[in-house]
Amino acid sequence: MIWNEAKECMSRDEMTHLQSTRLVKQVNYVYHNVEYYRKKMQAAGLEPGDIKGIEDITKLPFTTKDDLRNTYPCGLFAVPRSEVVRIHASSGTTGKATVVGYTRRDIDIWSECVSRVLAMANVGKNDTVQVSYGYGLFTGGLGAHYGVENVGATVVPLSTGNTKKQLTMMKDLGVTSIMCTPSYLMYLTESIEEQGILDELQLKSAVCGAEPWTEEMRNQIESRLHIKAHDIYGLSEIMGPGVAGDCVYHKGLHINEDHFLPEIISADTLTSIGDGEIGELVFTTLTKEALPLIRYRTKDLTSISHGKCECGRTTARLSRFVGRSDDMLIIRGVNVFPSQVEAALLEMGEVSPNYLMIVDRVNNLDTLEVLVEVDEKFFSDEIKELENLTKKITHVLQQALLIQPKVKLVEPKTLERSEGKAKRVIDNRKL
Amino acid sequence: MILKQLSVFVENKEGRMKDITQVLKDSGINIKTMSLADTTEYGMLRLIVSDPDTAKAKLREAGFPVSITDVLAVKAEDRIGFLHDMLCKLDANITSIEYMYTLPTDEGPVVILKVANPVEVEKVLENI
Repeated sequence: MIWNEAKECMSRDEMTHLQSTRLVKQVNYVYHNVEYYRKKMQAAGLEPGDIKGIEDITKLPFTTKDDLRNTYPCGLFAVPRSEVVRIHASSGTTGKATVVGYTRRDIDIWSECVSRVLAMANVGKNDTVQVSYGYGLFTGGLGAHYGVENVGATVVPLSTGNTKKQLTMMKDLGVTSIMCTPSYLMYLTESIEEQGILDELQLKSAVCGAEPWTEEMRNQIESRLHIKAHDIYGLSEIMGPGVAGDCVYHKGLHINEDHFLPEIISADTLTSIGDGEIGELVFTTLTKEALPLIRYRTKDLTSISHGKCECGRTTARLSRFVGRSDDMLIIRGVNVFPSQVEAALLEMGEVSPNYLMIVDRVNNLDTLEVLVEVDEKFFSDEIKELENLTKKITHVLQQALLIQPKVKLVEPKTLERSEGKAKRVIDNRKL
Repeated sequence: MILKQLSVFVENKEGRMKDITQVLKDSGINIKTMSLADTTEYGMLRLIVSDPDTAKAKLREAGFPVSITDVLAVKAEDRIGFLHDMLCKLDANITSIEYMYTLPTDEGPVVILKVANPVEVEKVLENI
């Protein structure tokens, strides 16, 4: 199912032309309506006329989270408050919250983008969709909600928490699709299995996002729930969920690039890199009114590919996210991503993928402790078996991370399950 | 005879044992005997209780990893050399013991043994 064939299946030339026209317009708009950007461009000796198409994008300065913080709360808004119909704010897990705003047209485009991703998951007007993202300042809940309404499906706005109620509603209302974070869906999966109610559900698909997850985790969700699990990507600064999503072929996330112009840059040299190479994802909004952003550095690490997908869409695709450049831990000089731990544990198949990494520095030496929940299915009452399991996990992780972690088994469900975002790392080092 | 033993994984955290006994008390489960093995990071609590199936269900509900293991119960004779004689028999039959502890009963003490093949070992030990 393709929501907007005219936009999602256009030729590369048509897309480049559309993006160029919109970029020129957006740069002009930003220059004249946002003082901060005008000054930034002037400092770089740029005038709006210097940008004639997307090939000129690299002339423009980057925008970072610091720019949003420096102008807190609404300094980068391009419209007066009378035009702003909604505010969201980022969770502020890595600093002060960032405030974002939307005009009515921004909300319409956002709903359109989410609708496209829902169509990728074959969600249509006959579906009942449970939205289990948090409603409120977080973009997940309301963003998903408006998209579901826009496709004409029935939305069940459960928000997060109260697992018992989530499952009752899912069962009683015949919910066919759920939108939530992947870690929360894993948690729900465990509860569904515990209660043995899978046969009573009509769930066909899930659209998960708001935190990075691995292919292994997707496989688990799909095989344990007998559903298709789709990835939806977004960030509040650019819009919220719906910037990109993956179709039934699971061959990368289609970017809604008629609204968001993507670039991949090397995080070291800040220069553009080619298709297939991993780097930092950068977005320029092409149609935003309230908060237009030029070359916003997402910190998300991925690669991009062009070329037609089996589903018929021609939009550029993002590969699975490797992590975030600010998620990356450097332990004893080795780059470590939490996603590597998750993938390794899932591949072992003997433990649950719930883990917590604790990094510390003892006598000037970095230490990594990984807490792993024992899975009842593999639980042995013999200490030597548990010790063997610990050794095996240590070995698998050492192979994957290239550093030796200290593995500790913990009781199931003791590690914090996220209903918003999973906490996977505690870094106690004072650097 | 073969008994159903309850094995519970316990993290080394304050009050964790008490959490388990609370569940058992609230569920009307009587503890006949217990043994606690400890490592630096966690413990393994092994219990013989009045109703192992209910106890397992209740502890699971409370979030403890728990399993039921078949163990061998051998009536002990109150005499010098009984344990030694028993071990010699096991040794002659090349049976290794994973762990053992005792259970007091009205008819005297009983030795609880975890072995790989409890049914066969029971036959071997019929006449010590």
